Amino acid sequence: MTRFCLRGVSLAVVLMVPVVEFSLSASARAADIMEVHVDNFTFSPQAITVPKGTTVVWINRDDTPHRIVAVKNQFKSPVLDTDETFRWTFAEPGTYAYFCSMHPHMTGTVTVAAK
Amino acid sequence: MGKDSLGDIASSPLDRRSLLKCMAWAGTGVLWSVVGGVPRASGLIGSAEAAAATAGGLYFVQISDSHIGFAKEANPDSAGTLQAAIGKINALPVQPEFVIHTGDVSHLSKPAEFDLAQQLLGELTAGPIHFIPGEHDVLDDTPGALFRDRFARGSLGDGWYSFDQGGVHFVALVNVTNLQAGGLGNLGATQLAWLKDDLQGRGASTPIVVLAHMPLWTISAEWGWGTSDAEQALGHLRRFGSVTVLNGHIHQVMQKVEGNISFHTAMSTAFPQPTPGMAPSPGPMKVPADQLRRLLGVASVDIRPGEPMARRVEMPLASS
Repeated sequence: MTRFCLRGVSLAVVLMVPVVEFSLSASARAADIMEVHVDNFTFSPQAITVPKGTTVVWINRDDTPHRIVAVKNQFKSPVLDTDETFRWTFAEPGTYAYFCSMHPHMTGTVTVAAK
Repeated sequence: MGKDSLGDIASSPLDRRSLLKCMAWAGTGVLWSVVGGVPRASGLIGSAEAAAATAGGLYFVQISDSHIGFAKEANPDSAGTLQAAIGKINALPVQPEFVIHTGDVSHLSKPAEFDLAQQLLGELTAGPIHFIPGEHDVLDDTPGALFRDRFARGSLGDGWYSFDQGGVHFVALVNVTNLQAGGLGNLGATQLAWLKDDLQGRGASTPIVVLAHMPLWTISAEWGWGTSDAEQALGHLRRFGSVTVLNGHIHQVMQKVEGNISFHTAMSTAFPQPTPGMAPSPGPMKVPADQLRRLLGVASVDIRPGEPMARRVEMPLASS
């Protein structure tokens, strides 16, 4: 009996943990992802402010490839063809200026605030 | 425009032979000359290459922006339109001495795109081809290495070089690497120093042809159509009596004259781009399928002794 109960408890714990983890990470994802669209050779929104730990996802909506590069080289995307995406998680607060290395008149900034 | 060029023909003292040559070309294009920055039609094409062959001039053809690999709505068959352009050059009654390609050979710098471009361009009967890269050709990890290995062996730096042919000095520049945030095309200090050295000691009467992918004059800062440090390059070129700058990048014909320097952009063989201010962005312009080939094409350039201005003929893949 004792053995059975212990088993039941451990089983419940095993079952509980993934559920809790799943709901936590799902809410974390929704809050910490920010999309930036590349439309008509423009980053939209062009300047964003996000909390530390946010993942920014750039989506290229143009018929032309673009490449997202941080001015201070903290990040550099591969070439993004139409509908391709690049994501970068901002772990450190600060202001990150970036541009398209193919069309350098396209510029944007990500400001990362400490939580 | 057709009316103007016919008017010019009618008022020009053409002999029967050249008139027939012109007539054979009627409808395929118009010879442009540029006076005081204003382009005007000065004759039907056909006269240019015929005259170049007899006047001891240097006659070559410019291909630009073939974007091999591009297959979106604006042109699902960029290989087919490059082939059509090559067919057009091969069919010229007088073959050019060589061909230049002013960049964006490929769309995404992929080896397969370069391979296909190489295969298609191998069908040109005129040769050789002198290449410079566009920003679409330098997307590999070592920017431009794949391009240079195929198309610019023996070049310096990011792919610049010079050569002489027919008494004309050609300078092939690269303004698509190390682009700076918020800027335009970029030549860079190393290349500018090389250009200065390359031109030093050359007589001012030597005709100069400059090749660069992005325009060396600012057509639209908003769309990035210019070169940030072009002025420094032009400073080394102003003392020459005839300078012809040939650019690509903007997929349409624009021309400007500044002193002895004439600037020309070229049609693409892949897709047209809009005129600045006429669209929200410079992205590929979608036109009805039956109009596409009127907006794609190549150009011939004819440089004659004693004439400061090159004669340039636009050759669209299809006439209207």
